[in-house]
Amino acid sequence: MSGIALLTIFVLSIFVGFEVVSKVSAVLHTPLMSGANAIHGVVLIGAIIVTGSSDTPLSLALGVFAIVLATVNLVGGFVVTERMLEMFKPKQPGKDAA
Amino acid sequence: MTATLATANVTPTWVQLVELVAAVCFILALKGLSSPKTARNGVLIGSVGALIAVVVTFFAGYEMNNLLWILLAMVVGIAIGWPAARKVKMTAMPQLVALFNGAGGGAAALVALVEYQAVGAEDTLVLTFTVLTVLIGSVAFSGSIVTFLKLQEIMTTRPVVIPAGRIVTIAVAVAAAVLAVALIISPTSLLLIILALVSLVLGVLLVLPVGGADVPIVISLLNAFTGLAVAASGYVLGNVLLLVAGTLVGASGTLLTQEMAKAMGRPLTNTLFGAFKASTALAAGGDADRPVRSSSADDVAIMLAYAQKVIIVPGYGLAVAQAQHTIRELVDLLNERGIEVAYAIHPVAGRMPGHMNVLLAEANVPYDQLKEMEEINPEFSSTDVVLVVGANDVVNPAAKSDPSAPIYGMPILDVSDAAQVVFLKRSMRPGFAGITNELLYDPKTTLLFGDAKDSLTKVVGAVKGL
Repeated sequence: MSGIALLTIFVLSIFVGFEVVSKVSAVLHTPLMSGANAIHGVVLIGAIIVTGSSDTPLSLALGVFAIVLATVNLVGGFVVTERMLEMFKPKQPGKDAA
Repeated sequence: MTATLATANVTPTWVQLVELVAAVCFILALKGLSSPKTARNGVLIGSVGALIAVVVTFFAGYEMNNLLWILLAMVVGIAIGWPAARKVKMTAMPQLVALFNGAGGGAAALVALVEYQAVGAEDTLVLTFTVLTVLIGSVAFSGSIVTFLKLQEIMTTRPVVIPAGRIVTIAVAVAAAVLAVALIISPTSLLLIILALVSLVLGVLLVLPVGGADVPIVISLLNAFTGLAVAASGYVLGNVLLLVAGTLVGASGTLLTQEMAKAMGRPLTNTLFGAFKASTALAAGGDADRPVRSSSADDVAIMLAYAQKVIIVPGYGLAVAQAQHTIRELVDLLNERGIEVAYAIHPVAGRMPGHMNVLLAEANVPYDQLKEMEEINPEFSSTDVVLVVGANDVVNPAAKSDPSAPIYGMPILDVSDAAQVVFLKRSMRPGFAGITNELLYDPKTTLLFGDAKDSLTKVVGAVKGL
C-alpha cells in the first residue's frame, strides 16, 4: 500500500478515534482508558511479524522480548478491563442498574 | 511495503479483509466502552478483534522462521499478564494499567528497532515513522514505569524536583529531537539505539516532577502516546491494522486525557510542567499543634442515626481499608431508619476518574445512590451530616479559596455547606496531593481517627444498638 494511502487512513482514523469516545460518561473514564490500553496491545502482531523474519540472535532476542511485552499488554489489558466492568453488571434483579 | 513478506509483496486480500473486520471490532469496542450499558460487549468485541488479528498473522504469508520462539514468548506473556490482571486488587488497578501501557510502548519501540536492523528503511517517510516509533514508544515505556513506582508508593508520590530539572529536561528533549533529525538525514543502527536510550531518560524526566494526584492524567496521556507509537510502527511495517488501532487509541486517549484534566480543573500543561510546586511550602505549617475535635464511634453513630439526610464522601482511604462493604452495611442500616443517604462521587475520587464507581460497584452499592459532583453539590446545604471516609483533597476548600494552593481551581465537593462534617481518617496526614485541609480544623468538623474499616464497623455496631 502506498505511503499516501496509509497517511489517509491515519488521518481518517484520528477523526474516528475522537468521534467514538466523544460522549463518554465520567463513570467510564477508567475502564475506557484501560480498554484503549488493551487495544494498542495489538502491537503484538507487529512483534510477531518482525520476529518471524529475524535472522540474527540479537534481533530474535529483541523480537521475543517485544512479543512478551505486547502479549502482557494485550491479554492483561482486556482481562483487567473486563474485571472492572464485571462490577457494573446488575446484581439486584428488578432494580435498574443502568 | 516491507521486505518481511516471504511469498508476495502484497498482503493477501482475505487477510486484509480479516484485518478490516478486526479494525471495525476495535472501533465498536471503544464505542461500546463509552456507555455503561454496552461496555461489557465492547470489551468482548475488542478482544475478539484482537484474537482474530493475532491468529490471522500466522497465516498471512509472513516469514515464520522462529515459530517456536514466537509461541513460547506468547505463552510467557499470557502467563504474566493474565494472573496479574486477575489477581490485582482493585485499589492497585491504576498502576497495573500503567505497567501494561509501558509494556505496549516498549514493544512498539522494539518492533521498530528490529525491523530497522533487518531491512533498513526504504524511504524517508518510513524512516521518519521508525524514528517516531522508537522515540514515543521509549518515552511511554519509561514514563509508565515511573508512574507505576509513584502509584505503588515505591517512590515518593510528591513531585520529584531535581536541580535545574527543567533545563535538564529541555536539554534531553532537544537532544532527542536533534538525534531524530540526524537519523532521518543519515540513519545508522547505533544512532537509533542511542535515540532509544535518550528517549528512555526523557520519559523518566517528564514524569518525575508530576505530583501524585496528577499521575492518573499522565497515565492516560502515556496511553495515548503508546497508541501513537503503535500507529507509527504500523506505518513502518505497512500494516494497516496496527496503523488504525494505534491511531484510534492515540486520538481517543488524547480526548480522554483532556476530559480528565478538565475534571481536575487544570490545563494539561499545568499538570505536566511543575504544577504542584507549592505543596511542600503549604504542608510544612506546623499543623500538629492546632486543635481538632475528635470523637468516638458512639457519638458519630448518634449523629448519623438522628439525622434526616446524610451524604457519604468516599475516598481512596475507604478502598485501601477494604471498607466498601462495611460502608454499604451502614448505609443500609440508615436507610432502614428512614434516613436519606447518597454517595457523593468526585470525578477523581480514588486514584483515577471513575475509580470509585468501580470500587463501590464491587461492594454491590446500587447505582442510583451514586451521585456525581454537579448533581450533589447543591444538596450539601440541606444535609445534616456529611461522612467523609478516607477522602481529603476532593473536599479541600483550599481549591476554591487559596490561589497559592497546588490544587487551586480543582472543582471540589462543597461539604462545608452541610451542618456537620465527620471525617474518618487514619491520621492528620495530608492527602495524596500533600496539602493541609483547613476543613479539618473547622468547628463543625468532627474527626474519628482509626482505620476506616475498624471505625465503620464500630459505628455500624453502635447504630445497631440504638
